[in-house]
Amino acid sequence: MNNASRLKGVLEAGRFAVTAECGPPKGANPEVLFQKAEKLKECVDAVNVTDNQTAIVRMSSLAACALLKSAGLDPVLQMVVRDRNRIALQSDILGASALGIRNVLCLSGDHQCFGNQPQAAGVFDLDSIQFLEVVRNMRDRGVILGGETLAAPPDLFIGAAANPFADPVSFRAIRLGKKVRAGAEFIQTQCIYNLDRFEAWLQMASDRGLTEKTCILGGVTPLKSAGIAGYMKSRVSGMDIPDALIKRMEGVPRKDQREEGIRICLETIARLKEMPGVKGVHIMAIEWEDAVARIVEEAGLLPRPAVDEG
Amino acid sequence: MITAEQKPIAEIREMLAPYKRILAVGCASCVAECAAGGQKETAMLASALRMAAKMDGKDVVIEEMTIDRQCVKEFVLLLDDVIDGYDAVLSLGCGAGVQAVADMYPEVPVIPALNTEFIGETKDQGYWTESCLGCGDCMLYYFGGICPLARCSKHLLNGPCGGSMQGRCEVNPDIPCAWQLIVDRLDKSGALERLEMIYPPKDWSLKQGKGPRKIIREDQQK
Repeated sequence: MNNASRLKGVLEAGRFAVTAECGPPKGANPEVLFQKAEKLKECVDAVNVTDNQTAIVRMSSLAACALLKSAGLDPVLQMVVRDRNRIALQSDILGASALGIRNVLCLSGDHQCFGNQPQAAGVFDLDSIQFLEVVRNMRDRGVILGGETLAAPPDLFIGAAANPFADPVSFRAIRLGKKVRAGAEFIQTQCIYNLDRFEAWLQMASDRGLTEKTCILGGVTPLKSAGIAGYMKSRVSGMDIPDALIKRMEGVPRKDQREEGIRICLETIARLKEMPGVKGVHIMAIEWEDAVARIVEEAGLLPRPAVDEG
Repeated sequence: MITAEQKPIAEIREMLAPYKRILAVGCASCVAECAAGGQKETAMLASALRMAAKMDGKDVVIEEMTIDRQCVKEFVLLLDDVIDGYDAVLSLGCGAGVQAVADMYPEVPVIPALNTEFIGETKDQGYWTESCLGCGDCMLYYFGGICPLARCSKHLLNGPCGGSMQGRCEVNPDIPCAWQLIVDRLDKSGALERLEMIYPPKDWSLKQGKGPRKIIREDQQK
């Protein structure tokens, strides 16, 4: 089994990285994951494994990461602070490293009211920035919160999310800076549809020197239909889809809308590749893993580079 | 103040079903301010319960009394003279009031008539909002007088999250994003740099780390 983060290796080699999202199943069958893994294996550097995304109960991210690792992928363990306090989070960080997982993405998490357990207590003992700092200190200083020393520190490439489209706009770069200072070595962004606003955010990040200090991977999600685009715009929090894009989707016959969605996605990736502050792309083709291989190929991102994985 | 709302009358009646002589006890403090358990609400609830009992042909006595502060021993003592005449107390106090009465009279069943909600403010007539968690270590100075623990849906000390849109919280557009309010306010007073620092994890031991909290002030004791 490989012992280093492939994602880190690709980024350190200065190559344009490709990651994709892989949601664990609503069930205990590992085969579902292995099937998704098969589709993603050769076309991405690492796969993000979501952590009960939108607060819907699924197979645990940690377990799914271990399964994907055994299938030869480089998993990015997404961890939200919604469901676990600082004891459980730190414990899972150690467990993840012991299982050979080499990337972690520290997140706040969607509020529990959005999922299928709205009666759940939201933990939020740490916030995502505090969590980043905790993981960084565990790795670099070998200490847990409170200062106790670890017998063996975890080995993890540490990442965070950023939403360039949320408000207050002026504060977004300040918050990104806090994440970088707290330990975020890579950043995966919210789905980019509004490229103008994304570029404005990237400029603010660059002005603060952040694009040099962290690797920003632009998030993309191919739209499946005009209807879904409209739904995402109005119902998914933190999503910015310009009306012009929705009109463009509506302008093609229903049966061709998936194709148009992929075309838009490819155009976005082409733009992202040209932006000096962007070090890769994160493809979130939710329950549409077939699209990933095609997007990566048509975006001219194949084959994925071989890196020394220790 | 502590805010509360009255429980559904059916639930109250179910809890009161075994009792024949009931004293409804109101509280003239917080729960009066939020129109849930003051003298007026106590009279109205007692009257509604009497009427419902009568409709069902039940022989039940429900009388009422409102004390100034149900959570303070010296006021609860005012029940001493009357309590023997009843086989249950229906308390319209907050959770603290209910327990103070129960603690004082171990033999008497004390039934809660209210659901206690939060520490909050009266914003307008009939409009109350949550503003304090009682965390035991006030941080309002750092956040421009707006508490992110009480008012951000995710209790973020280093917010806002990615769900803040046009000043509204992702959880419900009726909720203002506490972090937008904090940023605006600190920006106005030229103190935005206060938000550049990373606020460390909250010390929750001050709220819940050692069981129920108490305050002992020797200077206040005789």
